[in-house]
Amino acid sequence: MACCRVDRTGRHPGGPGGSEPEKEDKSGVSTIDDVKPIPVTIGGVRGGPAVRTLRRDPWWKSPAFTFVVLTLFVAYTVWAVFQNADYFVGLSQHRDLISPLYSPCIVGSCVPGSHGSFLVLHWWMLTPALIGLSGPGLFRSTCYYYRKAYYRSFWQSPPGCAVADGHKRYTGESRFPLILQNIHRYAWYVAIAWNVILTIDAIMAYRLPGDGGIGVSVGSLVLTANAAALWMYSLSCHACRHVTGGHVNEFSKAPIRHRLWKVVSKLNAIHMQFAWISLFVVVIADAYVRMVAAGWFTDPKLF
Amino acid sequence: MADGLTAGPGAGELETHDFDVVVIGAGGAGLRAAVEAKERGLRTALVCKSLLGKAHTVMAEGGAAAAMGNVWSEDNWQVHFRDTMRGGKMLNNWRMAQLHAQESPDRIYELERWGALFDRTPDGRILQRDFGGHRYARLAHVGDRTGLELIRTLQQRAVSLGIEVFMECKILRLHKDSEGRVSAAVGYWRPTGGFVAFTGKAFVLATGSIGKSWKYTSNSWESTGDGHAMALWAGADMIDMECVQFHPTGMVWPLSVRGILVTEGVRGDGGVLRNSEGRRFMFDYIPPMFAAETADSEAEGDRWYDDHTNNRRPPELLPRDEVARSINSEVKAGRGSPHGGVFLDIASRRSAEYIRRRLPSMYHQFKELAGVDITAEAMEVGPTCHYVMGGIRVNADTEATTVPGLFACGEVAGGMHGSNRLGGNSLSDLLVFGRRAGMAAADYAEGRTGTPTVDAAESRKVVSEALAPFARDSGESPYDIHRDLQETMQSLVGIIRTESELVQAAGELDKLAERADAVAVSGGRAYNPGWNLATDLPSMLAVSRLVTTGALERRESRGGHTRDDYPKPDPEFGKVNLVQRLDEQGRLTLSPEPLPQMPPELAALFEEPAASPAPAPGKEGH
Amino acid sequence: MADVTMRVWRGDSAGGDFADYTMPAVEGEVVLDVLHRIQAGPAPDLACRWNCKAGKCGSCSAEINGMPRLMCMTRMDELPTEEPVVVAPMKTFPIVRDLVTDVSFNYVMARQLPPLKPKAPEADGTYRMQQVDVERGQEFRKCIECFLCQDVCHVIRDHEENKPNYAGPRLFIRYMELESHPLDTNDRRELLRQRMGIGLCNITKCCTEVCPEHIKITDNAIIPLKERVVDGSYDPIAWLGRKIMRRTKRSAAEVAQDAPAFTAPTSEDRLERQTVPVAVGAAVGAGNPAAASAGPGAGPSEPAGGTGPTAAGDPFGTDAGA
Repeated sequence: MACCRVDRTGRHPGGPGGSEPEKEDKSGVSTIDDVKPIPVTIGGVRGGPAVRTLRRDPWWKSPAFTFVVLTLFVAYTVWAVFQNADYFVGLSQHRDLISPLYSPCIVGSCVPGSHGSFLVLHWWMLTPALIGLSGPGLFRSTCYYYRKAYYRSFWQSPPGCAVADGHKRYTGESRFPLILQNIHRYAWYVAIAWNVILTIDAIMAYRLPGDGGIGVSVGSLVLTANAAALWMYSLSCHACRHVTGGHVNEFSKAPIRHRLWKVVSKLNAIHMQFAWISLFVVVIADAYVRMVAAGWFTDPKLF
Repeated sequence: MADGLTAGPGAGELETHDFDVVVIGAGGAGLRAAVEAKERGLRTALVCKSLLGKAHTVMAEGGAAAAMGNVWSEDNWQVHFRDTMRGGKMLNNWRMAQLHAQESPDRIYELERWGALFDRTPDGRILQRDFGGHRYARLAHVGDRTGLELIRTLQQRAVSLGIEVFMECKILRLHKDSEGRVSAAVGYWRPTGGFVAFTGKAFVLATGSIGKSWKYTSNSWESTGDGHAMALWAGADMIDMECVQFHPTGMVWPLSVRGILVTEGVRGDGGVLRNSEGRRFMFDYIPPMFAAETADSEAEGDRWYDDHTNNRRPPELLPRDEVARSINSEVKAGRGSPHGGVFLDIASRRSAEYIRRRLPSMYHQFKELAGVDITAEAMEVGPTCHYVMGGIRVNADTEATTVPGLFACGEVAGGMHGSNRLGGNSLSDLLVFGRRAGMAAADYAEGRTGTPTVDAAESRKVVSEALAPFARDSGESPYDIHRDLQETMQSLVGIIRTESELVQAAGELDKLAERADAVAVSGGRAYNPGWNLATDLPSMLAVSRLVTTGALERRESRGGHTRDDYPKPDPEFGKVNLVQRLDEQGRLTLSPEPLPQMPPELAALFEEPAASPAPAPGKEGH
Repeated sequence: MADVTMRVWRGDSAGGDFADYTMPAVEGEVVLDVLHRIQAGPAPDLACRWNCKAGKCGSCSAEINGMPRLMCMTRMDELPTEEPVVVAPMKTFPIVRDLVTDVSFNYVMARQLPPLKPKAPEADGTYRMQQVDVERGQEFRKCIECFLCQDVCHVIRDHEENKPNYAGPRLFIRYMELESHPLDTNDRRELLRQRMGIGLCNITKCCTEVCPEHIKITDNAIIPLKERVVDGSYDPIAWLGRKIMRRTKRSAAEVAQDAPAFTAPTSEDRLERQTVPVAVGAAVGAGNPAAASAGPGAGPSEPAGGTGPTAAGDPFGTDAGA
């Protein structure tokens, strides 16, 4: 296509047609090497009244709700972890259902049948859920969404937008221990590994030993929903968005990663919803397995 | 302290900053000029009335016209030049139009190197869009926020170069040295009310528009014509000040959207104009020369939208000035809407779904800003002041005004756009002539001898004049005078002018000037908008006077200037600029002076007939 | 219609209080319209910034009923009218007068930003970029610099002492725009980590909530920047990738040398050197002597090492398509 290279007066010395370097100006900033700190004046008098907030809408509702739900979740999880029983439905009930909190069961304290041949930590006699929870727990607690949720509702930093921070000093995630939030990327790698394990658990749940061999029970569907929710949660993660394509600067030269990035970006927009859904589904799955294991009822076979 | 002038001003106490080049105004043109001067290694100051990056340039939506030929390889500067001249009804300074057409592509590419992200063609070049009056798709753009992209890019460039920016500083007057060269600019800090002077070897005015003298305007509060007025007072020539661009349909109500332009697309998609009696009055105003191609019944007009071949266009789609004239007549006949416009009704004629699909940005803008649902109710629209083509007379190559040491670029300079500006040409105008002004100012500053100083007596006079409103115990509020000025200019020197009204306006301006001399303000000097407005009034009155005088003299209709009593262009007026300047006694004089003559090779461009059915010149939309 | 009462903050650095103005309600108004009527009536000296009155310039930022918003984009009919409408200045910045604040902090941070450093152009002197490559940056360039995100950010709103080392959300989107710019060859990650406070942000998303341009500041800029900093500083796999690809990164020490720590001046220091009105008047230039003297010695120089433009933030090395 013929472009616009016409006889033209007044061409800028650094303009198109030459790649000569920019005229450098001594007082300017061109690269990171030129950056010099400019003092920022602090301590100026601010306007407005000295109140915590001028908001009159019920801004506290959302953090309060988050506080209650997350507290309940933690309380349930702690109870479930230290109960150290009723987390596996095995051969005796013609099922192979394991609570997601206790998977993978690879320690010495695991109940027979729950660990296949992967018993690696023979010496570990505490509750196996400490292992089972380690990966997902790390992932969830460093999740960008949950960080927002608990910084607001638990740490009050800030409790709401334009509502005063609950703390005098603040260093954010720039110092120990919160600088460790940067491990979220690895937590994501780990979570992916866990998702694989929990997916295997879900597949195994379709084995109904002594009950027709292979079939569909409520329990198998619950564990499938659990694995699916966890996949959606971890695939919509911000770290996932970055490693699949967010790091690319020229999408046009990386079409596959661009396509992946677009898909993950769509999921990422509803990461919060996946975070909550997967949280509830895990609790439901654990509770279901627990109730069946405790013998409250038997896991109904659907077909 | 800077505001220590209260106890009797003296130059010794005046806060003073010395630079090589002082640029007044930080819109696109001012920023580009400052960047150029700074890149030349000169000490450059950028002084602006608002915060950096808030200038009216952000409002430009359409794009920046440049014949890059990225979409149509046939496009070149000659075609752009011809479009510009035709759009301006040949009243343009041909050399400016030529330089503009030749250099704008490089100015656009330059922005890209500084970080602008224009929309792209499939092969990765800068995408260009069609616009009224341009033969080829020529406007480099970023969605509908090209102006923001432009000003942000230049702002970031200016900041990274380390240009010193003096924000929220209003310049009141320019001072000249004994040799008649501009040597200082005196003004005040809006935050503190303290007075300040900038001495410099060269000054660039880039203060933009004058729209705030009209009631309905798309311009921001800053567009008070300070640069026009300061240049006039400093002895510069002003040309063609009567050429002011109005858009026929800007919102007049509700207040929250007043001045926002309603694109012609609303009429193109079925919107009709009605008066207070509900009548589609445009059928009463079909001029004979358009009668053959315009529907004469509502039924035919309505059929046209679906069947262009067998029906004639509805009269709502007549040329801009015809629509404006009709609206003007209805309002003056007392059949206007409650707030001085007419009704633009698309709601009763098209489904809500259709309107939302065809006019999404219009729909959302009014919904969000005013809660007005254009799918449910009619809009109140009227002629709205948008742009001034006239301005300070400058040398086409250097943007030097007739006052030594003073340069002007952007909207404050005249000549480039003739009597009417094409959409998209203003943004490229800023870049091309901003750079040229910066270069020429730098040259001038380098060659200038002597040290510019502030004249103590003169600055004392400026300061005491500016502070006078505080001293008056009784007097009118500046807001009242401003409102009356706007009413006067809107109703008498608006889109359609006529001799009797212009004469009346001249009389009204005399009275307003008297009232402005007795204006009183209360409160302190720190960030006092009432006082700030009082200091803007002299500029607004001066430019209103220039427009009125020019409009009275130009007894023809041409481009943005429409005289009801002289509805046709007059070839004799087409050969002259109306030049206004102050004489020795400080009286305003006006003289027609011949336009610069185009060289034969450029004149030849206008001999071949326009081959393509180019859209009607005129800046519809934005 | 009934009357509306506006409770507007009046005052300056010496103190202030709310003042009530009761005005007749007019249909279809925004908060700024009512303030203009107050100016033209009972309080001609009521100070507020505004320019375009169409949500495009970002001048009229304030806190309306406690929420940071643009006054020109807040319709009166969406606010409860049974109580006065409270209009206060932005809290994070020093007061100038009434609703006007000294926002020079933002301009100072902008001044320390390494701008675009484009790679060499095509043979014809222009650049080629695909629409997909510019779209991400275009979202950030919608920013109208209203500074509401800076105002709402608790890192500096509630902790003044963080200001010298915190660029803030507005600048973070600018950093992201440049870091992901297809032509850029600068690497600003260490600057972000050490001096511009990317680690201070705890992603509580208030900036995104108040953005009038609906820019997804947190999701699309701050978190991606944090991830890019992770690439550079915290990711062993990326580190391994760099080792294998023999790419080097400027060491923290090198960067720190360029950007030494400094003590933030307090307002007392500021008063001492205030021979010119610093307030907003000369925010970028004259108010900051250091700005003017930042130059000498800062000549043209290439970043150390061979940190290529595409290497920035690419833990996987070069893409097959690149």
